[in-house]
Amino acid sequence: MRRNTLGGRIFRGVLWVAFGLFFLFPLYAMADFSTRNLIAGGRTLRAWQNLIADDALYSAIVISLLLAVFTVVAMLLILVPTMIWVRLRTPWAKGFVEFLCLLPLTIPALVIVVGLRNVYLWVTYFLGESALTLTFVYVVLVLPFAYRAIDAALASIDLKTLAEAARSLGAGWSTTILRVVVPNIWSGILSAAFISIAVVLGEFTIASLSGYQTLQVQIVQIGKTDGPTSVAASLAVLLFGFVLLLVLSLVTRGRRRATVENVVQPGAAA
Amino acid sequence: MNTGVAVELNDLTRVYGTVKALDGLTLHIEPGELVALLGPSGCGKTTALRILAGLDEATSGTVSVGGQDVSKVPANKRDMGMVFQAYSLFPHLTVLDNVAFGLKMRGKAKSERTSQAGDMLDLVGLSAHKHKYASELSGGQQQRVALARALAIQPRVLLLDEPLSALDAKVRAQLRDEIRRVQLEVGTTTLFVTHDQEEALAVADRVGVMSQGKLEQLAAPADLYANPATPFVAEFVGLNNKVPAEVSGGRAHLLGTSVPALDGSVAKGLAMVRPESVTITADPAGTATISSVAFLGPISRVYAALADGSVISAQMASAQAKAFSPGDPVTVGVEPIGVLVVNAA
Amino acid sequence: MKKLRDGLPLLPFLAVVVIFLIIPTVTVIGSAFFDDGQFSLARIQALFSSTALAALWKSVLLSGSTALIGAVLGAVLAWLIVSSPPTSMVRRAVISLCSVLAQFGGVALAFAFLATVGLNGVLTLWVQQVFGWNLAGSGWLYSLTGLILVYTYFQIPLMVIVFVPALEGLRDQWREAAVSLGASTWSYWREVAVPLLTPAFLGSALLLFANAFAAYATAAALVSQGSPIVPLLIRSALTSEVVLGQSGFAYALALEMIVVVAAVMVAYNALVRRTARWLR
Repeated sequence: MRRNTLGGRIFRGVLWVAFGLFFLFPLYAMADFSTRNLIAGGRTLRAWQNLIADDALYSAIVISLLLAVFTVVAMLLILVPTMIWVRLRTPWAKGFVEFLCLLPLTIPALVIVVGLRNVYLWVTYFLGESALTLTFVYVVLVLPFAYRAIDAALASIDLKTLAEAARSLGAGWSTTILRVVVPNIWSGILSAAFISIAVVLGEFTIASLSGYQTLQVQIVQIGKTDGPTSVAASLAVLLFGFVLLLVLSLVTRGRRRATVENVVQPGAAA
Repeated sequence: MNTGVAVELNDLTRVYGTVKALDGLTLHIEPGELVALLGPSGCGKTTALRILAGLDEATSGTVSVGGQDVSKVPANKRDMGMVFQAYSLFPHLTVLDNVAFGLKMRGKAKSERTSQAGDMLDLVGLSAHKHKYASELSGGQQQRVALARALAIQPRVLLLDEPLSALDAKVRAQLRDEIRRVQLEVGTTTLFVTHDQEEALAVADRVGVMSQGKLEQLAAPADLYANPATPFVAEFVGLNNKVPAEVSGGRAHLLGTSVPALDGSVAKGLAMVRPESVTITADPAGTATISSVAFLGPISRVYAALADGSVISAQMASAQAKAFSPGDPVTVGVEPIGVLVVNAA
Repeated sequence: MKKLRDGLPLLPFLAVVVIFLIIPTVTVIGSAFFDDGQFSLARIQALFSSTALAALWKSVLLSGSTALIGAVLGAVLAWLIVSSPPTSMVRRAVISLCSVLAQFGGVALAFAFLATVGLNGVLTLWVQQVFGWNLAGSGWLYSLTGLILVYTYFQIPLMVIVFVPALEGLRDQWREAAVSLGASTWSYWREVAVPLLTPAFLGSALLLFANAFAAYATAAALVSQGSPIVPLLIRSALTSEVVLGQSGFAYALALEMIVVVAAVMVAYNALVRRTARWLR
C-alpha cells in the first residue's frame, strides 16, 4: 500500500489538503467567531473571559470537572477490583461481566435517560439534587471504554502469578491490588481515566434531559443568546479533549494494537 | 518438470540512510541448485532475497536470471515463487484457491487451475485438506500449502525466507527434509534464507555464510564445516573449543602435537577445534582431569580441565564416554585435521 | 454455593449496572406496553402515527446517508492515515482529533458549524463579501440537510477510528505473496484486499448507522424548534407542557430506538467477528 511514486504522493497530498480543510476550517471558524467583536469590529477576548467571568458558565465548568473526577474515581473503585477478582477467582463470570460492560454500546444514552426517571426519584431522595448524582450513570456510560482499556492491560501481565506471589508473602487483598497490580496496569488505568474524562465533559443527552446544569447543557443554553461565548466554550472543550487524548497516545505508545471491536457508544455524546 | 535457470547477484549494495544492509554481495547460483544464505539477524540475507524477488530495490548492482538482467523488472513479472516465514496464506481463500492463485493471475482456465493446484497439493501431501481454510491448519501444514502455492506457477526460481523459523522443533526437521525432497523432484533453482546453521547444512548444495552485508564464505556444507575461511564462519557454524596455539611452517602447534593450519590462520592465537576432533585417553600421568560428563543420548560430551585451568569439550560415542568419571587423570589430544587459528579476542 | 460466595465481591459492580442501566432499559421496554398501569398496545400504536413515522423515516434517511458518506470518505481518510509512517506525530494528532470529534464533540460540532455557515458564520460572511451569495439564508443548517452535513463531521472520524485497525490488519505478506504470484496492484485489491476488507467496511457502516440513529446532542443543540427526527421527537415528548400523557409516547419511541439500534449492532457484531478472525 505504500506507493512512493511522485503521482501517488501528489494524489495523497491533495487528499490530505481536502480533508484538512474540511476538518480544520470549522475549528478555525470557531476561533474566529469567538474572538470577534460584534459591535466595534476587530478582536476581543470577552467570550473567552466569560469562561471564568460568567457565573453560570463557570459553575457549570466546575460541576463538570468535578463530575469527571468523581466518575473516574467511582469507575476505578468499582471496575478495577471487580475485573481483578473475576480474573482470579470467578473466571466463569468473565463473559457475563464483559457483556454487561459492553451493553452500553447498544443502549443509547437517550433511552437510558428516558427510563431513568423513576430511578432518579430514589436517587435524589437519598443523595440530593446536585448534578453530581449523575456520577453513577456516567460510570455506566464509560464502562465500555474503561473495560477495554483495563482488560487489555490486565491481559498483558501475569496477574495470577503476581497475585499469588504477593499473597504468599503475606499481603492482604487491598495491598495486593493497590501496590502490586495497579502499578503494573498503569497505562490501562490512565487510558480508562482520560477517555472517561473526555466522555463526561462532552456528555449532553442525559444531563440536559434530566435537568442538570453541566457544562454542555450550559453551553447550549448560553448559545441561544450569546453565540461567541458558547462557541468559545465548545472550542475549549474540544481542545482540552484533543490534548488529553494526544498525551494519552504518547504515553501508551503503541502498547495495544487497536482491534476492529474497539468501538464507541452510539450516540455517546453526539 | 522444471530444470531451473542460473541466478546471478552481482555486487549488490543496499543502503538505508546510514545503514549498509548489503555491501557488494556477489552470488551465482547454478541451475537446479539450492543455495542457503546463513547468518545472524541483520546480516543482509533477507535483504538479498527480497531484492532478488523484486520486493526491494538495490542501491547498486544487478540481478540476472537465466542470463537476463531483471533488475528493472517489477516483482509481479519476475516469475518467482516465494515462501514467507508465516501468515502468508490468504485467509479468505481455501487451500485449493490459495494454491491456484498464481495460476489465476496468469489467466488459466478454472479446470486447468484446479487440476494443477491439485497436483501440487498431492506433491506436498495435503490433498485431503483442499477445502479447508488457513486457520484450520497447523503451522507446518500452512507452510506446505505455501510451498505448493509457490511451485504451482512453475517458477524459474524458488525463494524461501526463513520458512521454518516459526515452527516447532520437531515439525521443523520434518518439513526441512520435505522441502528438500520436493525441490530435488521439481528441480527449481532455489535460494533458502535461514539463521539456523543445522538447517542450512542439512538442505543445501552450497551454503553462503553472511555477516554485516558481506558474504564470508560460499562452499558445500561439509567443506564449510571442515574448512572455515574466516573466524566468523568458524564461530558461527558448529561448536568450537578455543585452544592456545602457535603456527609455523603451515602447521599449528597445540596440546603437545601439531596439525595442519588452515589458510588465514594467524601466527599466534586460539585454534578453533571441534569437540568431535578432540581425543581423550586415560593416563595416570596425564596433566588434564575430567571435570564432567554430559550424556546426550547417542553421544556424550566429556569436559576436561587442562593444566592451565581452561576447559575443553570432547564429543564421543556414549559407550566410550562411560569409561570416564570426574576426577580421572587423562591426556587430551587432537585428531590430525585442519584447524583455523584466530586472534585471541 | 461456593460460586455464590465467590461472586459476592462482584455485587457493587452489578448493583451499579442493574440500577443505572438494566432497570432504565427494562422500564422503557415495559412501559411501552403499559398504559396507566394496564397492559395495552396503545403506546406502541402511537409509533405508527404520521408524526412518528415521518420522524422515523427522517432518522433512517439521516442515519443511512451519513453512514454511507461517512463510510466511503472515512475509508479514504483511513487509507491516507495508514499510508503514513506509524509513529509520526501527524498520525497521532489526526487519530486523537478523530477520537475527539467522533465521540465527545456532539454539542461542540453544532456550534462549530454555526460559527462556519450559520447566520453570522465566518464562511457565510466571507462568501457574502466575495460572491454576494447568502449561504445561510434559508436556515438550511437547522433542517435535515444541515444535520446531514454536521453528522458527517463526526461520522467520518468514527469510520477512521473503526476502520484503521482493519486496514492495519492487512498483512504485508499478503500483498507481497500476491505480487510474487503475479498480481498487479489492481488484481491484489480486487482478489485479496477488497474481499478481506469488505466485512469490516460493511460492519463499520452499520456502526455509523447506529451511531447516527442514536445521536441526540448535536441535533438538540442545532434544532430548537420542531422535531424532525426520532431523538428530537423524544425530547418534545419528554419536555412537553401541552399534553401530560406525552411521556408514554417517549417510552414507545425509546423502545423503537432500542430495537433499531440493537438489530443493527447484532448485525455489526456478526460481521466484525468474521473480520477479527482474518485481520488479526
